[in-house]
Amino acid sequence: MDVEAAKLIGAGLAAIGAGMAAIGVGNVFGSFLESALRNPGAADGQQGRLFIGFAAAELLGLLAFVVSMILIFVA
Amino acid sequence: MAAEAKVDPMYQFTIKPIAELNIAGYDVSFTNSAMWMLITTVVLTLFVAGGLKRQMVPGRWQMMVETFTGFIDDMLEANIGKAGRKYVPYVFSLFMFILFANILGLLPLGIVGVHPFTFTSHFTVTGILAVLSFSIVLIVGFWRHGLHFFSLFVPHGTPLPMIPVIAPIEFISFMVRPFSLGLRLFVAMMAGHVLLEVLSSFVIDGTNAGAGFGLLVGLPSFLLMIGICALELLVAGIQAYVFALLTSLYINDAENLH
Repeated sequence: MDVEAAKLIGAGLAAIGAGMAAIGVGNVFGSFLESALRNPGAADGQQGRLFIGFAAAELLGLLAFVVSMILIFVA
Repeated sequence: MAAEAKVDPMYQFTIKPIAELNIAGYDVSFTNSAMWMLITTVVLTLFVAGGLKRQMVPGRWQMMVETFTGFIDDMLEANIGKAGRKYVPYVFSLFMFILFANILGLLPLGIVGVHPFTFTSHFTVTGILAVLSFSIVLIVGFWRHGLHFFSLFVPHGTPLPMIPVIAPIEFISFMVRPFSLGLRLFVAMMAGHVLLEVLSSFVIDGTNAGAGFGLLVGLPSFLLMIGICALELLVAGIQAYVFALLTSLYINDAENLH
């Protein structure tokens, strides 16, 4: 296989990670909303933790983006 | 088929020198990145200076600034406790600088011929901001706790046989912090701007290919762009918030250990 083609295929495969991060981020907000509706009084106090979870889940998706960018533009 | 307009999504991140300057063989030119940092600083200073009126009944402007300072104050109080008050100036400057930079970079000034440059989409800038936060954590940690600061790597109640396993993991997760902090902001901003550029190339190429393609491809892409722009404004705020939140959490580790 051509090296250029292999790079593009690799970059495309890395983009799957972005979809996986979407599942993760959706899970974070979904679970938060689910429990926030059960106990709205406690919800506001947990917003910091919500965003920490969001940041952690999102970072992994962003890493996938970095991998594909490196494959296309740097490697 | 009309000639394809080549839209290079990475072109917007090019750093161009505005005033060439060389000192002792080092290139320290005043670039568009530096110019937008300066603009951000000026806008931020004007914004905060407008709110320093100390009126008993605050006007709209003072209220706006005080909402932001109160927000950061509450965040530090909740995460660090009483000792968090002294970090308000740093975390406030950090949060507002990133927020203003993100939002200024999104402004549609291209219509009047000025092209905004989002300097937070460069790892050099966000990396320095992250290293700044990280060095504050290190300095505060060693200042307050001395060598006892290393107990950060051994969480409370770790069974003795587990320490050789846990400590390296905690150490790696500690050392990765500045990297992940800078990387998150830079990639989030860059990905959004690349996405907008790619969608704009759909609009341009689609409309150039004929009215049918314009209606079929150009119009939906344009509507999507409007939505993504709103999403990008949200991301600009969230990323600034996350940067400030994680900085305050890391400072909490240094201030209180765990």
